[in-house]
Amino acid sequence: MTDSSNQQPDSNRMTGAEIVLKALKDNGVEHIFGYPGGAVLPIYDEIFQQEDIQHILVRHEQGAGHAAEGYARSTGKVGVMLVTSGPGATNAVTPLQDALMDSVPLVCISGQVPTSLIGSDAFQECDTVGITRPCTKHNWLVKDVNELAGIIHEAFRIAQTGRPGPVVVDVPKDIQFATGTYTPKPETVANVSYQPKVQGDINAIQAAVELMASARRPILYTGGGVINSGPEASRLLRELVELTDFPITSTLMGLGAYPASGKNWLGMLGMHGSYEANIAMHDCDVMICVGARFDDRITGRLNAFSPNSRKVHIDIDPSSINKNVHVDIPIVGDVAKVLSDMVRLWRALPAKPAKTQTEEWWQNIARWRARKSFSYKNSNDVIMPQYALQRLHELTKGHNTYITTEVGQHQMWAAQFLDFEEPNRWMTSGGLGTMGYGFPAAIGVQVAHPDALVIDVAGDASIQMCIQEMSCAIQHNLPVKIFILNNQYMGMVRQWQQLLHGNRLSNSYTEAMPDFVKLAEAYGAVGLYCDDPKELDGKIEEMIAVKRPVIFDCRVANLANCFPMIPSGKAHNEMLLPDEATDEAVANAIDAKGRQLV
Amino acid sequence: MNAHQQPTGSAYFIAPETAKAESHTLSVLVANEPGVLARVIGLFSGRGYNIESLTVSETEHEAHLSRITIVTRGTPTVLEQIKAQLERIVPVHRVVDLSVRAKDLGQERPIEREVALVKVVGTGDRRAETLRLADAFHAKVVDATVEHFILEITGKSSKIDQFVAIMKPLGLIEVCRTGIAAMNRGPQGM
Repeated sequence: MTDSSNQQPDSNRMTGAEIVLKALKDNGVEHIFGYPGGAVLPIYDEIFQQEDIQHILVRHEQGAGHAAEGYARSTGKVGVMLVTSGPGATNAVTPLQDALMDSVPLVCISGQVPTSLIGSDAFQECDTVGITRPCTKHNWLVKDVNELAGIIHEAFRIAQTGRPGPVVVDVPKDIQFATGTYTPKPETVANVSYQPKVQGDINAIQAAVELMASARRPILYTGGGVINSGPEASRLLRELVELTDFPITSTLMGLGAYPASGKNWLGMLGMHGSYEANIAMHDCDVMICVGARFDDRITGRLNAFSPNSRKVHIDIDPSSINKNVHVDIPIVGDVAKVLSDMVRLWRALPAKPAKTQTEEWWQNIARWRARKSFSYKNSNDVIMPQYALQRLHELTKGHNTYITTEVGQHQMWAAQFLDFEEPNRWMTSGGLGTMGYGFPAAIGVQVAHPDALVIDVAGDASIQMCIQEMSCAIQHNLPVKIFILNNQYMGMVRQWQQLLHGNRLSNSYTEAMPDFVKLAEAYGAVGLYCDDPKELDGKIEEMIAVKRPVIFDCRVANLANCFPMIPSGKAHNEMLLPDEATDEAVANAIDAKGRQLV
Repeated sequence: MNAHQQPTGSAYFIAPETAKAESHTLSVLVANEPGVLARVIGLFSGRGYNIESLTVSETEHEAHLSRITIVTRGTPTVLEQIKAQLERIVPVHRVVDLSVRAKDLGQERPIEREVALVKVVGTGDRRAETLRLADAFHAKVVDATVEHFILEITGKSSKIDQFVAIMKPLGLIEVCRTGIAAMNRGPQGM
């Protein structure tokens, strides 16, 4: 380890594997999620010989990725995963794409076959940088051990700068063994290409504030960008709402940035959003989009999307501007920085708009709210899924609660019925819609917040996609609660089959359902079962009280569907409301011609 | 059946494309590192953009910079997206839409030049005719035997298209074109 020409041992000389661990520590990493294999053994050997970084052993690399995502989303820190070459890397692809779509900062270190074997179809070889190129912000294949530290530092910078996202550092095994020089984390980033703009153009912000002051029917449409920008952004958003008294709605990803108990809150918007949020979006005259990206689940039919409004769009990613929807005032910058300017300029307005300017708008909103679009018909005999979530919400109040979800009907109901008061409390797969996300994500959240109550709201189909991670939760004493809304169907698939395909329920029934209570017990967790609305509260309390992992098999009404809904290709004002969604209306929501043309 | 006449049959709203597509020339300054071209090309294939011409070469050796010139076709919105998406690639330093820049400078279009090597095989009168036309197009003979010529021609793509078309009946058997090198007119740099 010493340089022959130099008598002093150089403390910066070390092996590639040591460099990896040191670089992780220097970037503030305390936990990594991973799975060992041949091509990362030197790094695992280093992990064994230190105590600063805790490694959480998952049971499948997909679980490592989602756990790192949950960790990142609930803390605002970078999530780190470690996988081996070949199958380890390909299993990481799903969470990488998930993190890309939902802008989650993630660093994935992957092992690779030795440089001399790259391209030879060696055992467990794959072109990791080639495969992950489109599902990462950036990736690197390290070919020189002396560049390893610099690349890892840069990887952390790229992952969390600008619009956050996943990066991959592929480290061949010979580089992990080789001795090289560790370069410390640079204080400043000099003259490199990736330098996102964070400060918004002040003239554009001024124009936006003037437009907002002139609005008679304003609305704030906020998204995950507010959460990603940090707690300050949420605080400023609340201040802006307070100052302007504008109504506010949010995407699935942005829930919690503005409290659901706030008086200006309209509920989530989009395909399964509230009636008042969607109609207000359709009828508004000024829309202020803050850190959201006009996703197709939000806009509905594009040429009928909010046809009479002037739009302001705040986003850190210039490619989000005018991608789907043309906006009148684009502001490229970090949400917190832009909102800070916006609040200041609003305060400086020579004349604030009178209360009467938006009086009629608020009257309309009150009328739309009165439609109570999330209402459902409760039952004394079976548990309605919405009821189960309402009880869950009620009984977890006062606890330090974090919620994750899988993907499907239960996810949308969770978004509708669990009211979020704070940012970073809600982890869900929005862009990619990854079934299997919720449970490993909950594990990641629990690792970051050991004393919190972490609940994965799941469906009976989704939970089976990453159920193996129960083993991980048991091993690491992570008391994660899985609350399964079990309707014995892939509920959302079935709902779409009812809407689009003449109720032909092709492969959407969960055959051969496992006994979830026994499954929990087999892993060493606690299994709970409930199918009676009268017993529900007691069972939920039992679940909360247990300080061990729990699978709660909550049997709910099998054929309940998720409403309100904007059938795809329809506009915001063509929502299907729960009281209008009779079997006939569901079957005819899309006409025969439409079905033919799918 | 036009996509926009579909009622709501799909899980997605399929919008009709109404705006007119234009051809634009983009200059992309990138770090000269492995894989950067794959990233740029992968963006085009992954997002369904067109590449009509592509030229790459290192331009600043000291700064490790390469310049990629891409001719692409799309509606103004798509072209704006292409530029924004290119700027998102980490090793991309700058993207300039030379066509837009030319308009801003009050010019019709940027200077665009291409080099082509054209191999023509023939005997007798056809050889004389080949040389006569090559002269008219300012093409140089860079290799010859009694059976063939290789001609080097520089010019706008349309001129090369025309030259290739003329050479066809004279025994053209092989063409190699470099793709476009482009730059805006005037004293300002990129």
